[in-house]
Amino acid sequence: MHELGIVFYIIRDVKKAAQENGVEHVSAVVMNIGEVSTIIPEYLTDCWRWAADKEEMLKGCELKIEPIPAVTHCDGCGKDYPTVAHGKKCPHCGSEQTWLLRGNEVEIKEIVVPQNK
Amino acid sequence: MENVKIIEIKKSVFEDNDRAADALRGELKKKGVFLLNLMSSPGSGKTTTLIQTINRLKDKIRIAVMEADIDSDVDAIKIKEATGVESIQLHTGGMCHLDAEMTEQGLSNLQFTMHNSQCPDLVILENVGNLVCPAEFDTGAVKNAMILSVPEGHDKPLKYPLMFSICDVVVINKMDVLPYFDFDMEKCKEYIHMRNPKATVIPICARTGEGVDVFANWLLKEVENWKE
Repeated sequence: MHELGIVFYIIRDVKKAAQENGVEHVSAVVMNIGEVSTIIPEYLTDCWRWAADKEEMLKGCELKIEPIPAVTHCDGCGKDYPTVAHGKKCPHCGSEQTWLLRGNEVEIKEIVVPQNK
Repeated sequence: MENVKIIEIKKSVFEDNDRAADALRGELKKKGVFLLNLMSSPGSGKTTTLIQTINRLKDKIRIAVMEADIDSDVDAIKIKEATGVESIQLHTGGMCHLDAEMTEQGLSNLQFTMHNSQCPDLVILENVGNLVCPAEFDTGAVKNAMILSVPEGHDKPLKYPLMFSICDVVVINKMDVLPYFDFDMEKCKEYIHMRNPKATVIPICARTGEGVDVFANWLLKEVENWKE
């Protein structure tokens, strides 16, 4: 359900970008999805299939997901570590003065457009 | 193989909404209208808390309420009957959250905002009962509040980190049933502050009214600050 709401946003942005570029049909949309973005990739692609096929411009268009691993930075010791394995607490020094460096992305990276010769 | 062209977009899905939300906040600032986005799970007591809070504030400031639900208008009617303030129902059409655009549309349907001199001081948006999606979409509200009820458990901040990290105030409701649940208040506060060190935590019981004054005073102060 949450993924479907996101899909509606993706469709809106993709249609806008396609129109700006004079594109009539999009064959693939590539997403960057962060590991801790709370998006479940399979749900996103399922919702995408259902919703995209209702749009003339996006019929059969594939949603490709490029995951971005989550990395947290520790202000205590200055090191980075994988977020999912260790959470808020730095595995190097035990500090909790840490913040997410990346892994929260829900981003449209690019669209793929078929070319007629 | 088919020739393809790749068009780079590099754009967050939330970007347009974030921009619309900032614009809406700017507009509200000009008009001196404070918008509170109230979120929680279904059944945490949002509507009862609102009724209690509004009845404590309605003689001091002008208040309007927007109830967002997937369907039905029971909440909007309940608020209107119990408080007498203007209360409208927004339907999200199946969506699990409200975004800035829907919020703006809702505001334009309030009788109050049509006449500038009669702008409400406070508009409360009761978001769809859900701890995931509403946290991702900025509604344009000045402050975010959430209600966590005792039966839901003290570990919710661990399970729904984003919701707790964006909330300025967390109201712990249904304090009257505390003896019957394994709800650890100290742990709960610790978990909330792990996600958001600045969050204000206010324990209440909406049914008996206990603690509601504290929340009402917090809200009144925020409304006054916004008007400065």
